[in-house]
Amino acid sequence: MNARTLPLLATMVIFLAAYAVCYVQFPAMLSTRVIGNLLTDNAFLGIVAVGMTFVILSGGIDLSVGSVIAFSGVFIAVLLRDTGLHPLVVFAMLLVLTTLFGAAMGAIIHHLEMPPFIVTLAGMFLARGMAYVLSIDSVPITHAFYDQLQGLYYVMPGKGRLTLIGAIMLAVFVAGMLVAHRTRFGTNVYALGGGVQTARLMGVPVQRTTIRIYALSGFLAGLSGIVFSIYTSAGYSLATVGVELDAIAAVVIGGTLLTGGSGFVAGTLIGVLIMGLIQTYIIFDGTLSSWWTKIVIGILLFAFIVLQKGLVWLTSQRGLAMRGGPGGTR
Amino acid sequence: MPENRPLLHATAVTKTFPGTVALDGVDFTLHSGEVHALLGENGAGKSTLIKCLTGAYRRDGGEILLDGRPIDPRDTLEAQTLGIGTVYQEVNLLPNLSVAENLCLGHQPTRFGMISSRAMSRSARQTLAQYGLEIDVTRNLDTYSVAVQQVVAIARAVSLSGKVLILDEPTASLDALEVRMLFDVVRALKERGLGIVFISHFLDQVFEISDRITVLRNGKLVGTQAIAEIDRTRLVNLMLGRELEQETRESGRTDRPEGEAMIRFRDFGRGGRIAPFDLDIHAGEVVGVAGLLGSGRTETAETLFGVTPHDSGAASDAGKPLHLGSPRDAIAGGFGFCPEDRKSDGIIGDLSVRENIVLALQARRGWTKPVPAREQAAMADEFIRRLDIRTPDAEKPVGLLSGGNQQKVMLARWLATNPRFLILDEPTRGIDVGAHAEIIRLIEELCARGMALLVISSELDELVAYSHRVIVVRDRHHVAELVGAEITTNNMVAAIAADREAAL
Amino acid sequence: MTAAKAILRRVAPQLLTLAAVLGLIALVHPGFFDVSIANGRLYGSAIDILNRGAPVALLAIGMTLVIATRGIDLSVGAVMAISGAVAAAAITSGIGLVPTLALALVTGIACGLWNGLLVAVLGIQPIVATLILMVAGRGIAQLITEGAILTFNHKGLIFFGSGAFLGIPMPVLIWLAAGLLVTLVVRRSALGMLIEAIGVNLRASTLAGINARVLLIAVYMTSGLCAALAGVIAAADIKGADANNAGLWLELDAILAVVVGGTSLLGGRFSIIASLIGAMIIQAVNTGILLSGFPPEFNLIIKAAIILVILVLQSPTVRTTLAFFRRDKASAEAKAETVIQ
Repeated sequence: MNARTLPLLATMVIFLAAYAVCYVQFPAMLSTRVIGNLLTDNAFLGIVAVGMTFVILSGGIDLSVGSVIAFSGVFIAVLLRDTGLHPLVVFAMLLVLTTLFGAAMGAIIHHLEMPPFIVTLAGMFLARGMAYVLSIDSVPITHAFYDQLQGLYYVMPGKGRLTLIGAIMLAVFVAGMLVAHRTRFGTNVYALGGGVQTARLMGVPVQRTTIRIYALSGFLAGLSGIVFSIYTSAGYSLATVGVELDAIAAVVIGGTLLTGGSGFVAGTLIGVLIMGLIQTYIIFDGTLSSWWTKIVIGILLFAFIVLQKGLVWLTSQRGLAMRGGPGGTR
Repeated sequence: MPENRPLLHATAVTKTFPGTVALDGVDFTLHSGEVHALLGENGAGKSTLIKCLTGAYRRDGGEILLDGRPIDPRDTLEAQTLGIGTVYQEVNLLPNLSVAENLCLGHQPTRFGMISSRAMSRSARQTLAQYGLEIDVTRNLDTYSVAVQQVVAIARAVSLSGKVLILDEPTASLDALEVRMLFDVVRALKERGLGIVFISHFLDQVFEISDRITVLRNGKLVGTQAIAEIDRTRLVNLMLGRELEQETRESGRTDRPEGEAMIRFRDFGRGGRIAPFDLDIHAGEVVGVAGLLGSGRTETAETLFGVTPHDSGAASDAGKPLHLGSPRDAIAGGFGFCPEDRKSDGIIGDLSVRENIVLALQARRGWTKPVPAREQAAMADEFIRRLDIRTPDAEKPVGLLSGGNQQKVMLARWLATNPRFLILDEPTRGIDVGAHAEIIRLIEELCARGMALLVISSELDELVAYSHRVIVVRDRHHVAELVGAEITTNNMVAAIAADREAAL
Repeated sequence: MTAAKAILRRVAPQLLTLAAVLGLIALVHPGFFDVSIANGRLYGSAIDILNRGAPVALLAIGMTLVIATRGIDLSVGAVMAISGAVAAAAITSGIGLVPTLALALVTGIACGLWNGLLVAVLGIQPIVATLILMVAGRGIAQLITEGAILTFNHKGLIFFGSGAFLGIPMPVLIWLAAGLLVTLVVRRSALGMLIEAIGVNLRASTLAGINARVLLIAVYMTSGLCAALAGVIAAADIKGADANNAGLWLELDAILAVVVGGTSLLGGRFSIIASLIGAMIIQAVNTGILLSGFPPEFNLIIKAAIILVILVLQSPTVRTTLAFFRRDKASAEAKAETVIQ
């Protein structure tokens, strides 16, 4: 069995098993309604987790995304309230802004050679601070276009609704998979995660790739902010606190190695769905409390980190065994 | 060998680093269709020369002609596009990418901006087929053996550069079968007219595959000869033999201490690193360890010190069993160890000279019993004076000192623990002549005061100068032991160069 | 050079920054340094900074040691919540003050042990290892408080949050005492040097006979203990355990305090005193913004600016460029840094 795909398989098995358990207890959970809600409720998380997957695959981390989502919501709400701009124009402005923001963090990480953790921490503070500056209060969004967007959905068999934002998330995942596995940029991201030094020696444009990775994460955080504003019809600077942690957790539970170089965008989708499933189960159960979500996610994180560590260890042991032969002289 | 214009022609290449001349006017020529072995011990200048050729370093002087045109690559990528490709011992590919991606990285075939994985796999398979390798190219590189990875690395280097291929110790982690496979690949490339530089410390392999040999020593060119005109003994002599200008004694010391051994190692070994050996350590005796790089000499030291704990045999101290499961055990048993790689294994660069000196003593005393500040200062000052450590004061970060002074700080660290058995791995490597002589004097002085020492060195005349006994290591086995008058450079060279069959 | 002088030289940049921030606040808010005494306790904006800064200061003590070993502890905020919850649950169950405190602190140490084992024994990267408890910790805390804000009105426990001794608020006394104690322990024993050694070069330290594994575990346990103290103070301050908000994002403030204090994220040389001043700088900025009438939301932007400045100052690329211009000065500074004991 390929050690790379094992965590992905483990994620799938866990998801299917968990769903089976849910189904046995609450047969209603296997309906397109629940699935539709699962996609809608986790759309913003899924979108931002795709960006996080790229960042983590390259061996980095992006703590700023939760704040950027909140900033995006406030930015949209305030602009729609105070100007006569069409939402689509505002969306375009926002995406340019968050993409540049991400690119700037990538440039700092590359040129100052500082750990992504601390650079994106500054980004996290800055984005949240800017959101506060725009508005401290929750700003409702009332725009005919928003009603239109919210009214867009496709009724699946079984009366489940695939909403626009759920569909956007799925589209982002498909695009993410194509970029990760079918473009040179995607290969370069994996290459950075495999070792920056080696990647540079093999001709990977390290600077360009690093900047693009964080720009992509910034872009997707902005998109996620748009989706979140459609989901909540408001912009609030205190929203989506800690979403970066959920995104990181989804990526790791999705089988991506937190130290970079190995993982799949598709796994992240399952990771997001597992996290959504836990919440859905708790809602269905009614007696369980919400904190179990965090604890279960923590346990899953631990399990996957140890699994990955074990796999890395096994690979190195195998390498050692291979080298252990007699000096190899004749 | 074609006698026309050489493919690669380097003259008087010089490279200096602060405090040392790493390459001193070295000439090197490579013809197409030739395998040219580059030999020398650590610090001889092999890797510096390679790095100057491949642009990893900018040379300070000299000229490099490729196909008659002067080149001055700024980095390895530029050298690659000029036609010089390199494959290192630690395969310089990305283990987490597939074989095909590793081969095609940077120039993957695309359709409408998307990588066509089918076309990529096809071209990867075709490329590898030229090397007789038929594997699933979509699997990750690290699912294959080092030998396969090595061939993939060669395939990538050749497809990108195509004139000169530098193989830097490619066989160090391969078994016999894999080496044969690799050599078939090398021969095929030679037929295709590539010039191949082959670096290895396995003499048999050098004799098997090379057309010519160049030996470097201490940054200088010792000589270049055709393989047919040289034998093993002569070659080892070139690499390790005495430097004529230096007057040393003829054979080892005969004033070997009498009596019972202090520490006995029986059947002591570590699978995959060093075959089980017996060793007796006497107080007041210097045991030298001779052997080529990679022969198992460092492995011997690390197993003795518990860095890679032994998995066979036992150690005893005056009849009582001695547990050596970790460096802490060894230190508790009165051992000390100055490792070969000072930078990564020895010094704590950001800490001061004083702290580096007290570190081992402090670690042994435990954290609750700090060495008082005044004692620390006194100890540091004493060692700075006694070992003549050149530093403005004891508080300078040790990372800022020169190599020789760092080595003396390492020695001071262990002397402060007052060990009875001190292991020194290449204590004189990469340090200037003055410090070199001082360290040799110190070894003799410590021995005279009753300390037991085990010294690994690739300077054979140095071993002759201070050893009572010399262990010769080859192919991860202790193959010979020379005592007293038997210790001569010639005998050591003969033992190192001997065929394994003859020694057994 | 005496030891005191050496310490002063080390913390001079932090002290100057703090003085500048305080001076700036005093300019816009003239009554800033006024101190009054009421109910046997000192009051005033300056005292308030010392008091409000207590949790971050406590966290920064443990975080300094962890960062010195080239690690990081993301879980401290969550550990605060857990130990606060344990303290509240214990005191309401009526087991008395001393067992309650002991239980809360032991909980923190246990959390540190967990992190330490993951880092030192399983060899998991610190940032990854401590992320687990950061994510799960608040859930565990809520499990203990059963989702509610668990309130208590035990006078003894509340004393740790709002009481005063000799006029000085208890939180201030606690972080000062903890800072002093840990500094004395690491600098009077050999711990400080050994921690710095494993932070700079783990392999060489192990070869020199340092028991790095035990040391690493101990450092994470210390961090857990400091977090537990902070958690007890935070709970005592609001007379209840708020599993959701206690210590929220304080791990980031603590890391920031250490970085402002000049300890490199790459491990090695550390100074607890400088980190404590760093914590006070952060709190002074917080308080200053409030007092100056600026909206509090500027706070985050200022923090971001602080990090950016530090990033530039600590960046290896910038450092090499600077060192190129003033080599002599740099080596003089390096020398000064080594004397700190």
